[in-house]
Amino acid sequence: MSGLLSEDVLSHIGQQSEPRREVVTRRDIRKYAIATDNRQAKYLDGDVAPPLFHLHLFWDVVPLNELSPDGVSIDSLLPRFPLEKAMAGGLDITYHKPIKPGDWLTATRTLTDIYEKAGRSGPLIFYEVVMEVRDDNNELVVTEKTTRILR
Amino acid sequence: MSPAPTVGMAIPERQHHCDEVQQMLYNASLWNGHRIHFDVPYATEVEGYPGLVVAGPLMGDWLHQVVDEWLGDAGMITGIEYSNRIAAYVGETVTAGGTVTAYDEATGEVTLEVFVKNAREDVLTPGVITVQLMPGP
Repeated sequence: MSGLLSEDVLSHIGQQSEPRREVVTRRDIRKYAIATDNRQAKYLDGDVAPPLFHLHLFWDVVPLNELSPDGVSIDSLLPRFPLEKAMAGGLDITYHKPIKPGDWLTATRTLTDIYEKAGRSGPLIFYEVVMEVRDDNNELVVTEKTTRILR
Repeated sequence: MSPAPTVGMAIPERQHHCDEVQQMLYNASLWNGHRIHFDVPYATEVEGYPGLVVAGPLMGDWLHQVVDEWLGDAGMITGIEYSNRIAAYVGETVTAGGTVTAYDEATGEVTLEVFVKNAREDVLTPGVITVQLMPGP
């Protein structure tokens, strides 16, 4: 370990975002289904959301003046890391129940881990964010773990 | 669901042509303003990409779709693990597909190894999807 991660950076582990509550509409499902090249009628008609629709529902809606010059929204859950070049990331998603028009869903994101590993061409920083999506009965709808790598 | 799962079986593949209009609509539907997806001078001159980069989660969606189309109403996708390893660029045609790696007839759980690959057969987006089949009639 080269000890890139300061106490201050590591102290962000466990931080949680403000819960976000959104309503699912047929129109949003239809737009998502069309834009992803879907060809199944149940999704194109918006009767039920295709898997991965939660990405659309909970992508941060930020004002234009809060985007960085390359057009990216800054994730307020993350500390400033000593490495900044993002590499491939991975997703691990569990679908607990289907999403339908009219559903009110609430997403909470937690920064669950930050760690360092030696890569072939230098140190790498990994971080993990878990997003839980629940319905109004507090039942899990989707659990998603994102792992990102910085070099 | 056609055909029924057997271990080692490849499910029907699906091609996707990545075009500008679809990229625009997809990223707009997310509220994703990242310039590498729509600003050619920025993507090529500033970031050094050979073209506009296809959004990573869109290829993740295609992994789901190739399995979901094979499933039809016979079951639902219960989980996925995938990563975006290599980029695809607007103008390319990519192919999504998968192979059944496990099938438990008692529980109806199926596991598939899935991929999106480009015309050079590079696997861009490898993944594993689990599916729960509904009990038969």
